[in-house]
Amino acid sequence: MQIVQRRRLPLRLIRVRPGGVLPILTILAVLLVLVGIRQPDFLDPPSLMSFLGRSAPIILLAAGQYFVIVCGEFDLSVGSLVTAQVVVAARLIDSDPARTWPVVLLLLAFGAAVGLVNGLITTRLRVPSFITTLGMFLILVGAVYLWSDGSPKGGLSEEFRRFGRRAVEDVPLLGRVPYALLVLLAVAALAVLLTRSDFGRTLVAVGDNPRTAELSGVRVWRTRTIAFILSGLAAAVAAILLGGYSGVSFQAGAGLEFGAITAVVLGGVALGGGRGSVVGAMLGALTLELLFALMNFYGVSGALRSTVQGAIILLAVAVSATRSSAR
Amino acid sequence: MAALAAVTLLALTACATDEPAAGPSGSASAAGSGTGEQSKFFVQADYDAELALLDAAPTGPADKPWEQVLNPTMVDTAKFKKSGPHKICFSNAALNNPWRQVGFKTMQAEVEAQRSRISEFVHVDAEGKDQKQIADINDLLGKGCDALIVSPNTTATLTPAVEAACKAGLPVVVFDRGVNTKCPVTFINPIGGYGFGHVGAEFVSQRMKPGGKVLALRILPGVDVLETRWSAAKVAFDKAKVDVVGVEFTDGDPAKTKKIVDDYIQRYGTIDGLWMDAGAVAVAAVEAFQDAGKPVPPMNGEDQLDFLKIWKDKNLTAIAPTYPTYQWRTPIIAALRILDGQQVSNPWKLPQPTITQDNLDQYLDANMPPLHYAMCGCTDLPGYPQRWK
Amino acid sequence: MSARSLLPARRPVPGVFVALALTLAIGWLVVLVDGGQLFNQSTTVSLLHVAAGLGFVAVGQTLVILGGSLDLSVAYVISLSTLVAAETMNGNDGAVVPAIGLALAVSAGIGLLNGLLVTKLRVNAFIATLGVGLLLKGYLDSGYDGPAGTTSPTLVQTLGYQRVGPVPLSFLLLVAVTGMAWFALSRTRFGHHLVAVGGDAEVARLSGVRNDRVLVTAHVLCSLCAGLAGIYLASRLGSGAPRVGTEGLYDLESIAAVVIGGTALAGGRGGVVGTVGGVLLLASIDAVFNQLDVDAFFKQVIRGAIIIAAVAVYARRALRKAAS
Repeated sequence: MQIVQRRRLPLRLIRVRPGGVLPILTILAVLLVLVGIRQPDFLDPPSLMSFLGRSAPIILLAAGQYFVIVCGEFDLSVGSLVTAQVVVAARLIDSDPARTWPVVLLLLAFGAAVGLVNGLITTRLRVPSFITTLGMFLILVGAVYLWSDGSPKGGLSEEFRRFGRRAVEDVPLLGRVPYALLVLLAVAALAVLLTRSDFGRTLVAVGDNPRTAELSGVRVWRTRTIAFILSGLAAAVAAILLGGYSGVSFQAGAGLEFGAITAVVLGGVALGGGRGSVVGAMLGALTLELLFALMNFYGVSGALRSTVQGAIILLAVAVSATRSSAR
Repeated sequence: MAALAAVTLLALTACATDEPAAGPSGSASAAGSGTGEQSKFFVQADYDAELALLDAAPTGPADKPWEQVLNPTMVDTAKFKKSGPHKICFSNAALNNPWRQVGFKTMQAEVEAQRSRISEFVHVDAEGKDQKQIADINDLLGKGCDALIVSPNTTATLTPAVEAACKAGLPVVVFDRGVNTKCPVTFINPIGGYGFGHVGAEFVSQRMKPGGKVLALRILPGVDVLETRWSAAKVAFDKAKVDVVGVEFTDGDPAKTKKIVDDYIQRYGTIDGLWMDAGAVAVAAVEAFQDAGKPVPPMNGEDQLDFLKIWKDKNLTAIAPTYPTYQWRTPIIAALRILDGQQVSNPWKLPQPTITQDNLDQYLDANMPPLHYAMCGCTDLPGYPQRWK
Repeated sequence: MSARSLLPARRPVPGVFVALALTLAIGWLVVLVDGGQLFNQSTTVSLLHVAAGLGFVAVGQTLVILGGSLDLSVAYVISLSTLVAAETMNGNDGAVVPAIGLALAVSAGIGLLNGLLVTKLRVNAFIATLGVGLLLKGYLDSGYDGPAGTTSPTLVQTLGYQRVGPVPLSFLLLVAVTGMAWFALSRTRFGHHLVAVGGDAEVARLSGVRNDRVLVTAHVLCSLCAGLAGIYLASRLGSGAPRVGTEGLYDLESIAAVVIGGTALAGGRGGVVGTVGGVLLLASIDAVFNQLDVDAFFKQVIRGAIIIAAVAVYARRALRKAAS
């Protein structure tokens, strides 16, 4: 109730109202300074570029998750979808370079199809998306293990791996620019354009108050289903980059759904929908990745990492939550 | 409501318990060392014994390492003698990684090879859950098995369940991880984690200068077989006076591995040695060095074919200690021998070969899938190679 | 209107019991054809033991979900509780009572933290309990490299392995806990308030319910249930185990059992009896597939489909009720 009323404040105050990107930018800046103190050469263009490249998959997943979360839903299936895509790609390509592009197209279609199924079950059968996508998670993991007899088969071609692993060399000033970064920039631009479009506004309105949106003529189910398809597509692109970066394994997507949701929330997007920006979500993912790199540089004991991660998430979210309710 | 009614009804029946007589025994003492505190799983006597076994000569057929025994101590099994064919039951900890998949396929093939003597083979997968495995074992006890094979999910926590199985009177064979009780007829495993960790760490530290920088990559904390590997490596690194700059957990995730290695290369400029407690992410670690444009330091992997291939192709300085999957054949062989009343060794220590530069070609097989384990001892089994593909 | 929403809704027997009966009947038949026996003593005992472990957690999870919240930290609470209990006992029968007390107190403390994060700091329950789970994971990972402590032999003999006919003592305890939770939900003010908060927090507040206090209580009770599951597992395993909760997937499985049992994920509708039905259904599927030696991965696919289908059926039913 409160949220709904607050949301009717003038939209022009977008930068300072809760859900803006200012808090996450602050955290990001602090982490960058901390990294800069410990490891100044990390901020050199080549190493920064490769960091951005390797972070691209999780940033893409966060962007996809943003669309689902801002319209009031969840997508817990993205991690298993990434795993499934990587394993499927390896088996279908089977190290044959000629099959690279057909398989890439197939993966995109597969991602969209999983999103469509998630969306239709959630909207038409009225199953809460938490359950739909949890079920989809179990089904995808089980099915991919079953299909591959418990251990991944085949292999990815060098052409396929190029997207996630290689870079455009000898770029002036920057040194090398990973293909993954170029893909990321293109997708990010598309995502921002999309949120600025009518569809983007409808999406936020649906998450804000579905009943009002419905009454004003929005087909809520269609909007939400499209959000799930976008999330599935983002997972497909992420899978192509991640498979390229690290090769085939059943661990490829493990835990990424929680990572993406955490990133989105860190970026100031409210779970439950109606608030936040896709830029914030992507910055949230970047911050999370920087945090992991920071822990590598500062030598935080492997076992203690989850504690640091948990504490920072709770702190950041609690601070922004109390700030927003104080307003 | 229905449940409640059923319970009141059942409450009238007699009390009973499946609990074994003795409680689990405690573990032995720990020792301190230089790279920080030694794990409480470190048992000096076991460590010494395993290292001694690395040089021991096995008894048994030379071309069948899965039937060989190191330092055998035979036990009498006459009381289990039974006429066949037999029903053999297997409580499996999990099938959730390629090592267990390859192993289980090998075991199934062994069962097929012994078809004339085995009337039924019952397999129950505990899916990596202690609680489920305890229930599974109890369940199997009611199925009229002639012998029970257990691959425990966790040593300490499966002990009570295995003791209960022993009390039921059928021969119990434990393999891979052990249990804290002497009640099974035999416990089968290769030399073990100390041997694995030691071989890798010794190789890596011998090929670098004292004071050189080693990165240790581990899969997960708190898994007993992996803890022993790391604790033995720690001893070796301390002895060689090399600098272990990081001990990181990868969760077996190649992407996470590459990020960690990348950051360590950046942080220290060069890494002089790479040790890992399991081979799952060895290829990812090699790629991280390649992508950073750095030479791959001396390292260890395991006997997975993707690693052996990159080792050969890139001419790495590497070694592959193994935890052979052929040990999955042995429990079937042992169970049948016990049911014949033949003596078997307890413990049944299998040799644990190491793949080196010299014998690398012998284990490389381009026709098998990348995550297949070379040390499966399965080439003479029915269905090879299709079953493992 | 507000007065009405505070009364427990009259419901027919949750459909989960129909599904359970069907599963057992079909399972029994298929296993029989396969040459096995589904209802022999050892299988029944095993089934009920598995159900008891998940049951404690799921009953607790039902309470928070009814209140419109969620607890993703339960798996870590379970692991921690096994360790606290087993290390305090250290194989000593005399220490059983303080050990159980301490394990429950620690669990309750974590529940309190969860509850305060959700209510006072207004952190979304998903993130709050995920974050607390990560804090606990770090503690467990850095503090323990394997099982630790020894459960008192008496507790192992009683809670862990004692049974009455084919029914384990632990399952009777689960029935008792479920009975108490049922009583609390349908016969006490706390229960009515909890359902009201889960149904519509704003309406509940306006009708005088102290939402925060109710939700914090639900979170404490949920963690207590997880702590109890930990004590049971410690008595089953003979020691504390730092990974038992996560390996058992108790977080996601407990949520699955709750929704299969007919409780709405958004809160305000459902109950603990259905949850126990959900737990028994999951355990029965396990048992049937065990008998048939079905691939675990196939089972996972089936499970995923069942969870979605069950909730779709409930949603349809609720929709029809709303329309009539």
